[in-house]
Amino acid sequence: MNVDAPTGAAGIVAAGVTGTGVTGATAAGTGVVGSDAALRQILHGLPGVDQVGAHERAASLATRSIKRDAKLWALDMAVRMVDLTTLEGADTPGKVRGLCAKARQPDPDDPSVPPVAAVCVYPDLVSLARGELAGSGVAVASVATAFPSGRASLAVKLADVADALNAGADEVDMVIDRGAFLAGRYAQVYEEVRAVREACGPTHLKVILETAELATLDNTLRAAWLAMLAGADFIKTSTGKVTPAATPPVALVMLSAVRDFAEATGRRVGVKVAGGIRTAKDAIRYLVLVREIAGPQWLTPEAFRIGASSLLNDLLMQRRKQITGAYAGPDYFTLD
Amino acid sequence: MASVSTTTAGADWEYAPAPESREIVTIRPEYGLFTGGEFAAPLSGKHFTTLNPASEEPLASVAEAGEADVDRAVASARKAYDQAWGRMPGRERAKYLYRIARAIQERAREFAVLESLDNGKPIKESRDVDIPLAAAHFFYHAGWADKLGYAGFGPDPRPLGVAGQVIPWNFPLLMAAWKLAPALATGNTCVLKPAETTPLTALLLAEVIQEAELPPGTVNIITGDGSAGAGLVGHPGVNKIAFTGSTEVGKEIQAAVAGTGKKLTLELGGKAANVVFDDAPLDQAVEGIVNGIFFNQGHVCCAGSRLLLAEPIADAVLDRLKQRLATLRLGDPLDKNTDIGAINSRQQLDKIEGLVAAGEAEGAQRWSPPCPLPARGYWFPPTVFSGVSQSHRIAREEIFGPVLSVLTFRTPEEAVAKANNTPYGLSAGVWTEKGSRILWMAQRLRAGVVWANTYNRFDPASPFGGYQESGFGREGGRAGLAAYLDA
Repeated sequence: MNVDAPTGAAGIVAAGVTGTGVTGATAAGTGVVGSDAALRQILHGLPGVDQVGAHERAASLATRSIKRDAKLWALDMAVRMVDLTTLEGADTPGKVRGLCAKARQPDPDDPSVPPVAAVCVYPDLVSLARGELAGSGVAVASVATAFPSGRASLAVKLADVADALNAGADEVDMVIDRGAFLAGRYAQVYEEVRAVREACGPTHLKVILETAELATLDNTLRAAWLAMLAGADFIKTSTGKVTPAATPPVALVMLSAVRDFAEATGRRVGVKVAGGIRTAKDAIRYLVLVREIAGPQWLTPEAFRIGASSLLNDLLMQRRKQITGAYAGPDYFTLD
Repeated sequence: MASVSTTTAGADWEYAPAPESREIVTIRPEYGLFTGGEFAAPLSGKHFTTLNPASEEPLASVAEAGEADVDRAVASARKAYDQAWGRMPGRERAKYLYRIARAIQERAREFAVLESLDNGKPIKESRDVDIPLAAAHFFYHAGWADKLGYAGFGPDPRPLGVAGQVIPWNFPLLMAAWKLAPALATGNTCVLKPAETTPLTALLLAEVIQEAELPPGTVNIITGDGSAGAGLVGHPGVNKIAFTGSTEVGKEIQAAVAGTGKKLTLELGGKAANVVFDDAPLDQAVEGIVNGIFFNQGHVCCAGSRLLLAEPIADAVLDRLKQRLATLRLGDPLDKNTDIGAINSRQQLDKIEGLVAAGEAEGAQRWSPPCPLPARGYWFPPTVFSGVSQSHRIAREEIFGPVLSVLTFRTPEEAVAKANNTPYGLSAGVWTEKGSRILWMAQRLRAGVVWANTYNRFDPASPFGGYQESGFGREGGRAGLAAYLDA
């Protein structure tokens, strides 16, 4: 889709894109002049983010009170948005099998609980997960590109991606090179994402910004745009290996970025928040951010995901409380 | 277990009603006047009814103070000043103020619900802004009570005596705190007259003051209409008048106290400019614009009611603003998810409607988001006027409602010229990522408060007050103490 008629606030951004020699930020982001200087002009031409204001807005949306039917809807939706994740050095086939069983049927006592969106593992465990999840509709997501640090050559990163794809991954979660980004080598970051995008073909690509290492919300916004221009299907907050991982202000900035990008290009990019989201209350707060910042059209597992592990049981516990009116103890929910 | 549909689209996710319970607060059917530490029937024998503006239901019958009631209140304040409060050491006064502050915090929910019932403002604002700030003002001034010798007014600054304080309906409890806390900290005694349409939280505060065991008469609260306020202002036993309200009434008060030797501070109307430069943080600027004019339904004297947009970004900001306004939730003030509550009174609604009609007649373009209004009560949708010029009434007169006038500018000089082109001068906002421009603007804007990359932020340590027809004198901070000291 061409951006020759920018309108609205996104038009400012789109004008920045066209004004620097980018002729039509297409769905795959082709046509962007990939020099550091050109990208710098685009990214630093984005409106700034006032940190105090962003934190205030996130805090004010956190006071939304979600009750009754609205809460039940949100809990179910949150379950469907979970990327059930294990990314440990100690991961074993047994651990992954358990996780897959949980993903297919989160609550064995209540078949009305929907399955989660995906299981997220390291590339060497993809084929195992693939087999365990066959026919379930639950996707297999694999981290790749020298996750979590991203400190490897492009060739190694692409080999990592190829491994995941060959093993049958439906979704690839790549990390950007934060060092290159912080050094201003935007073209390198851009080219890496582009290369992985091409390698992935139709496979769903999530780009992890690792916002804790980018430090500022301005950087978060710029990295989000860089990833979207390079063809990301999703932008994702964190690896979960650096604290703070996902935070409401970071999610707020990323959600406004995908909203503006969609306005400028017509392409809806998804957002994944990952790391540190352990309670149903937190998850619902993120759904409120999605609804009020990006818009209701992002309230679907195709456009919003939550990377988590222990969150799932809290969602189930709150869900059962919402339906039965009483809390069941943690021993009534399976630990996998 | 019940099966739950998982196919619902995100567009269907409507927040269920989440009303705060009104059971927490007990509203008495009838209230007397609070004088000499006790509630007593008015000598006038008259009462009036205060309504819930969101439903037009009567909430309580409240005493209407007459001349004799004002006399009684001033006499009890004088007695308390002479015999107890005026001679009490500051460290003792501080203890009482801390006690009041803590009691407000402990009963915050009660105060918040009552404020939303009587005023119409959303519970999220009374809960998160009005009540915490009211407590903060008492805490802050409690800290000053025994340190007045270090405030820069000489080694032992003296109180003035009896303060007559008349407050508006837009922040009923908060304005009571703004008035009472500094007056009490500095050793004055008070007669406070809350607004006619919002007397209830002041009367609950009277209960708190009673329970805090302040010497009887230190604080007297008399309810009534404008004539009670005029009686208080004109009373010869009062040493100091503090008024927050309309410029019109402010002028009458100034004329009434001229030559009487009474010390006077006035905090009046405003028509503040909120200036957005082309390098502003756009999303946060939009939030600031919304907060500037739609906070408390625009019933804010420092509201950012004139939006000045740099021309290159004017259309983009307006589009984004309209999208944002479409997400505002108008309705039941007690619902925790309500963003916009009710207009405080029929009279105020009429005034807003009149000025909005004038705006349309003068050729400005009116816009409101699709926004169904409740059938009962006083309501007005968030409204934006674009294509406004300086000569339009909606650009010059204070509307005191959820109505924003949008103007544009080309250069920083033009922004300053337009921002200052008003008889008012209470506040202003500047939005830019350029620090030097913020300072440049702040030096030139003729306004008591200039907010940079934020709006409507209040702190008891920060002096608040106006220029020109927005009044004189400062409230809050060290500067605010001067209004209550013989300095």
